[in-house]
Amino acid sequence: MEPILTAPILTARGLVKRYGRVTALDHADFDLYPGEILAVIGDNGAGKSSMIKAISGAITPDEGEIRLQGQVINFRSPIEARKAGIETVYQNLALSPALSIADNMFLGRELRKPGVMGQWFRKLDRSAMEKFARDKLSELGLMTIQNINQAVETLSGGQRQGVAVARAAAFGSKVIILDEPTAALGVKESRRVLELILDVRRRGIPIVLISHNMPHVFEVADRIHIHRLGRRLTVINPKDYTMSDAVAFMTGAKLPAEAIAA
Amino acid sequence: MTETTTASQGSQPSQPSQEFEKVLSGSATQVASFDTHDKTPIQKFQHFLHSSPAAVPLIVLVLSVAIFGVILGGKFFSAFTLTLILQQVAIVGIVGAAQTLVILTAGIDLSVGAIMVLSSVVMGQFTFRYGLPPTVAVLCGLACGALCGYINGLLVARMKLPPFIVTLGMWQIILASNFLYSANETIRSQDISSQAPLLQFFGNNLKLGSAVFTYGVIAMVLLVALLWYVLNHTAWGRHVYAVGDDPDAAELAGVNVKRMLVSIYTLSGLICALAGWALIGRIGSVSPTAGQFANIESITAVVIGGISLFGGRGSILGMIFGALIVGVFSLGLRLIGTDPQWTYLLIGVLIISAVAIDQWIRKVAG
Repeated sequence: MEPILTAPILTARGLVKRYGRVTALDHADFDLYPGEILAVIGDNGAGKSSMIKAISGAITPDEGEIRLQGQVINFRSPIEARKAGIETVYQNLALSPALSIADNMFLGRELRKPGVMGQWFRKLDRSAMEKFARDKLSELGLMTIQNINQAVETLSGGQRQGVAVARAAAFGSKVIILDEPTAALGVKESRRVLELILDVRRRGIPIVLISHNMPHVFEVADRIHIHRLGRRLTVINPKDYTMSDAVAFMTGAKLPAEAIAA
Repeated sequence: MTETTTASQGSQPSQPSQEFEKVLSGSATQVASFDTHDKTPIQKFQHFLHSSPAAVPLIVLVLSVAIFGVILGGKFFSAFTLTLILQQVAIVGIVGAAQTLVILTAGIDLSVGAIMVLSSVVMGQFTFRYGLPPTVAVLCGLACGALCGYINGLLVARMKLPPFIVTLGMWQIILASNFLYSANETIRSQDISSQAPLLQFFGNNLKLGSAVFTYGVIAMVLLVALLWYVLNHTAWGRHVYAVGDDPDAAELAGVNVKRMLVSIYTLSGLICALAGWALIGRIGSVSPTAGQFANIESITAVVIGGISLFGGRGSILGMIFGALIVGVFSLGLRLIGTDPQWTYLLIGVLIISAVAIDQWIRKVAG
């Protein structure tokens, strides 16, 4: 991999989060660089989901500092994080099953018609929203044009994941966090979603990928952040290490070279 | 994890693709296309119903009008009789609109009838007991309905109490307040028409030949049309569906679920108050004992109208078709001269069938 010369887009320093006597985050650090796919792995209870929640606004850390493009940020809710450009695709996808694909993509940020109809009658601009949704899905190769007004519940698991990822990628977002995007999918659909993730990166949006699936992580990630005991143990390049090394670091069976040196 | 598992992991090839993924090399490369495979006619019908939730009640309505028309001939199939049905369902239709909003959020409102009656009593008593101008009294009645709905909304959204329990309690509280406040006293129709005709506004009518459209009927049609527009063509309306469908998903997508619930229940209360005003027009007097069954009748209309009690699915047009189906059955069977119990029996069958059909349609998602 080429050495990264640019500044990280999203950083966290010294994050601490305690739940009673349990310390979920113990001075954790995090760095995401522009245009990369950063996988986050860690054993259950290592605190990786607490860290991701802190970054996506779902929890507020007790200590530490998060910066987006150099600016210190303090999110109180996922909505605030989203407004700042950090989109999270949750494991349950946060789609409304009975609403259409277009309605779901614009849920909470609907477009209104220009002029009197929009201003006074609050009329939604259906055609513009449908066109936008169709364009975004096509851009990601998600669409052999079909009915954009189809209810999301009539789609397969992979297609739903596709809609959720397209929604995250559609609104000028700066960072996309994907939480276990392939966990609920079959082999074939996982493959398609991985291709989709690579497509999103090609469009220049950096991705944080949380996954338990080592082969998937090693296939698409540019760097792998290994979380252990509430903090970042190390970041490895998947080309320099094997999956068994990664698992060994994750579980504490082995220590990475720099950790030994330090 | 132990060394053994690490070693077994190590024996796997560290290549990107896993062994079992090799079969994929020959599979389709599209990311996620939409299925276009042929469906059987029944599946197509199921999909059609899934995308047009008001279709079933509309079909049932047209069929029942046709059947009663054939049996009864001109006695049923006249402009007078058909508009009479509209007059009879006007109140249920307006209350049903309020009920629709709440049921779309996966809630239920048992207090709609009580809110309606209390609002009508407030309109009447404020005029006759305190001598307020009728306009002011009507506004106070509307405000009273909205306040009752607002309290329901607060209890459901902020206190996180189940809507069934909240509105069951509010039903009793509001109905008791109604009797306590009015001292169970009816304001006579002739007093209202001589001193405050505004209260009977919705009893006025337009005659087109033998067709009679009361203002109450016109109000119901306009209200349903307005709510149909709001539910389908505004962000607020889409959020009503999203909140009923999956509140957690809606919240994560950026919908303020609590504020939505409070606004929906408040609007529902306001619509019930409007129904209370229309009720004075319908029965002429202000009676604290009127409209006892409005809550059950409105839920019946909503359910027969194909709106799912699990929230997020259905059209307000279905509700009006549901109310009309009940109206057609009641009047049609009465004209035939059967025991009125047959009406209730058939409505019971309709309710159960409607919910069974709803369950079947929702399987389309499988």
